[in-house]
Amino acid sequence: MSKATAAARADTGAVTANDAFVAFERVQKSYDGETLVVKDLNLAIARGEFLTLLGPSGSGKTTSLMMLAGFETATSGEIRLAGRPINAVPPHRRGIGMVFQNYALFPHMTVGENLAFPLQVRGLGKVEREAKIMRALDMVQMGRFANRRPAQLSGGQQQRIALARALVFDPDLVLMDEPLGALDKQLREHMQYEIKQLHERIGITVVYVTHDQGEALTMSDRVAVFNDGRIQQLAPPAELYERPGNSFVAQFIGENNTLAGTIEQLQGDRALVRLGNGELIDATAVDIREVGQVTTVSIRPERVEFKPEMMPPGAHRIAAEVLEVIYMGDVLRTRMKVAGASDFVLKCRNTLGQRKLTPGETIEIGWHPEDARALDPV
Amino acid sequence: MADTSANGVSFAPAPAHRTGLVTADGRPLRSALARSSRRARRRAFFLVLPLLLFVLITFVVPIGQMLQRSVKNEGFSANMPQLSAWFHDNPRGTEPDDAAWAALAADLTAAAQARTIGVVGTRINYDMPGTRSLFTSAGRQARGGIEPPYREAILEMDARWGNPRLWSVMREAASPYTANFYLAAVDRTRDDQGDIVSAPAQQQIYGKLFLRTFWLSLAITATTFLLGFPVAHLLATLPMRQSNLLMILVLLPFWTSLLVRTTAWIVLLQQQGVVNDVLVWLGVIGNNQRLQMIFNQTGTIIAMTHILLPFMILPLYSVMRTINPSYVRAARSLGATSWTAFRRIYFPQTLPGLGAGALLVFILAVGYYITPALVGGSSGQLISNMIAMHMTQTLNWSMAAALAALLLGGVLILYWVYDRLVGIDNLKLG
Ligand SMILES: Nc1ncnc2c1ncn2[C@@H]1O[C@H](COP(=O)(O)OP(=O)(O)OP(=O)(O)O)[C@@H](O)[C@H]1O
Ligand SMILES: [Mg+2]
Repeated sequence: MSKATAAARADTGAVTANDAFVAFERVQKSYDGETLVVKDLNLAIARGEFLTLLGPSGSGKTTSLMMLAGFETATSGEIRLAGRPINAVPPHRRGIGMVFQNYALFPHMTVGENLAFPLQVRGLGKVEREAKIMRALDMVQMGRFANRRPAQLSGGQQQRIALARALVFDPDLVLMDEPLGALDKQLREHMQYEIKQLHERIGITVVYVTHDQGEALTMSDRVAVFNDGRIQQLAPPAELYERPGNSFVAQFIGENNTLAGTIEQLQGDRALVRLGNGELIDATAVDIREVGQVTTVSIRPERVEFKPEMMPPGAHRIAAEVLEVIYMGDVLRTRMKVAGASDFVLKCRNTLGQRKLTPGETIEIGWHPEDARALDPV
Repeated sequence: MADTSANGVSFAPAPAHRTGLVTADGRPLRSALARSSRRARRRAFFLVLPLLLFVLITFVVPIGQMLQRSVKNEGFSANMPQLSAWFHDNPRGTEPDDAAWAALAADLTAAAQARTIGVVGTRINYDMPGTRSLFTSAGRQARGGIEPPYREAILEMDARWGNPRLWSVMREAASPYTANFYLAAVDRTRDDQGDIVSAPAQQQIYGKLFLRTFWLSLAITATTFLLGFPVAHLLATLPMRQSNLLMILVLLPFWTSLLVRTTAWIVLLQQQGVVNDVLVWLGVIGNNQRLQMIFNQTGTIIAMTHILLPFMILPLYSVMRTINPSYVRAARSLGATSWTAFRRIYFPQTLPGLGAGALLVFILAVGYYITPALVGGSSGQLISNMIAMHMTQTLNWSMAAALAALLLGGVLILYWVYDRLVGIDNLKLG
């Protein structure tokens, strides 16, 4: 189902606010009446979509999620769920499942009682409850643990129970606030996979909060990158990585080389940028309005080539001085000085015949102008 | 046991029979561990030794003495040795014979000369009120000695010496150990034959007093809970600045003298006091209908609730502070109304604090003395006031000790019941 929606979106472009399942419209939030924590949030989420809010600490992700869940009220603007404004609906009548970062499993109840809770408050009978609980526990492969207390479970198991509890009453929408933050790397990756599987299987809509970019990229249909209370870019993972819309996104997601310069010529999306050392390079204009503007050119390390035979046709070549080679196992991370900037990084795969670079050596590197993106200055 | 090297650690080849693990220098691991932890324990013991001695000297020993005093009183047996010996030699039911009267005469004379006759009278007076004067006047007359025939001579002094009940009571007192104080504390006494019977109706005061102490303490515990719970919740959830201020208000009573607080309540609640004045001024009650709110049970409950409130609030607060707000949020997101979330999620998690607070308040209330003495009037007196009375006025320390021991026993039983129901490990005092 989510595949279908994702495909549909690819055809029609972004979800519009009108047919969206969840819509934030011009939402603002202030806690103290002086500063805006969320500034003008506009977001439309399709039914069945897995949308991730990604951003640095304090950027307003949790706040946005809490407004959707009903624990915080929007200072202005409107939030709609399935077409209905929910600003005035109390949290317990929104029917939104939620997974908290600390799991928030009720410590005085067994796993079974934890799962029974949402069903009891909805007045379901015992038989029906049991069936749903078993189904939810089986879904997360925790069927044998119904009689345990949360304190008797490991972190990963608690996480699964929290997930099962958020799903047991069949909500259409599930919110997760850094649900894997407390797990170690291996378990986290495993749970990412399981959550993603679950999402695809039962077709619920998920709004997921994280500040782990890897998590966001691997799990989501779309990612909303937050900073400073605003969405910086809202796009599917590949687009976000390959075509970052501004310097913040380019910096925040993946590794990134930046070269400062000024726009010399502008023609459609082609720009000629004069770098600090006077060199002129071709770049793709992204966040650029006029000639003479100061810009930051962003190039991904893996798109930089240093072997002449591998250079893509039409590549821009430039001299570079090797400063440092760092051995990282699978790759050799080479730091060098390019056009005056001494933090330019090149990654070469650690293959058998790989040519070894030595510090002090001057080489010629190159990249395709399409991979050099002229963005707003940092 | 599986091969020990299976877990990747290499040990010396394990012998066929199990000898247990050994340390690198060949000592058995278990005894090496015991030795190293014994040293640490011994050091810790020396550190707490001063406190242990202090507790022993100021707490365990006095309580032991009190318990002993509740069953032991030598006022009669030590000062009337011959008569005590006669009682010892002759079984209950023996009519006092000549030897008995002779022993009584000799003891009375000796006690009168040693000026201990008052002590003897006091001891008998505990079990048979109104007999102290019998002994003191006999002592005055017997100072010069009593001439035989003793029976007639003594009965001549006072015919009450022939009362079989008096002889029964003296027989009881002839042994330094007695359960009579406990019997008296539960409104029982012994009849002429020494059998246990209910005390006369007008003397049955302790049972009622114990019951009243219990109910008033329960009422005080309930009111401290009702008043303290919301305050503790506010303390735990308000922003730091406001909660600090509130905490100062909660602790303020601790910084004021108990007497000042209690007398403040008298000022407020008495018939010509502030509260009554305001009510009259508002026209809620007429001037001649002023409420009696102090020097009765109401006064005791109000003043003690105020004084014991912090003992409820503080444990509750310390537990509530640790309850993550995301539990209630989770409950709400799962579809619970705020009331259901409170009842089923929040409240159960406060139980350890509530249990601690309730136990603390109840135990303090059961033994409270000064406040009921000041504001309780006659209907608001508790058992501790009776204990104090026996200590300071009737000087019947054995009786005071028996009452106190019963109180202590009651508290221990309560503690045990609590442990059974809730579990002491779940207690959270702070
Ligand atoms: N209850 C609150 N009262 C006042 N300010 C708050 C409150 N909750 C959050 N804030 C502020 O709002 C801003 C955004 O907080 P929010 O929790 O939404 O960040 P976040 O993106 O979830 O960060 P993180 O990744 O660290 O969880 C922060 O500056 C924070 O200090
Ligand atoms: Mg957050």
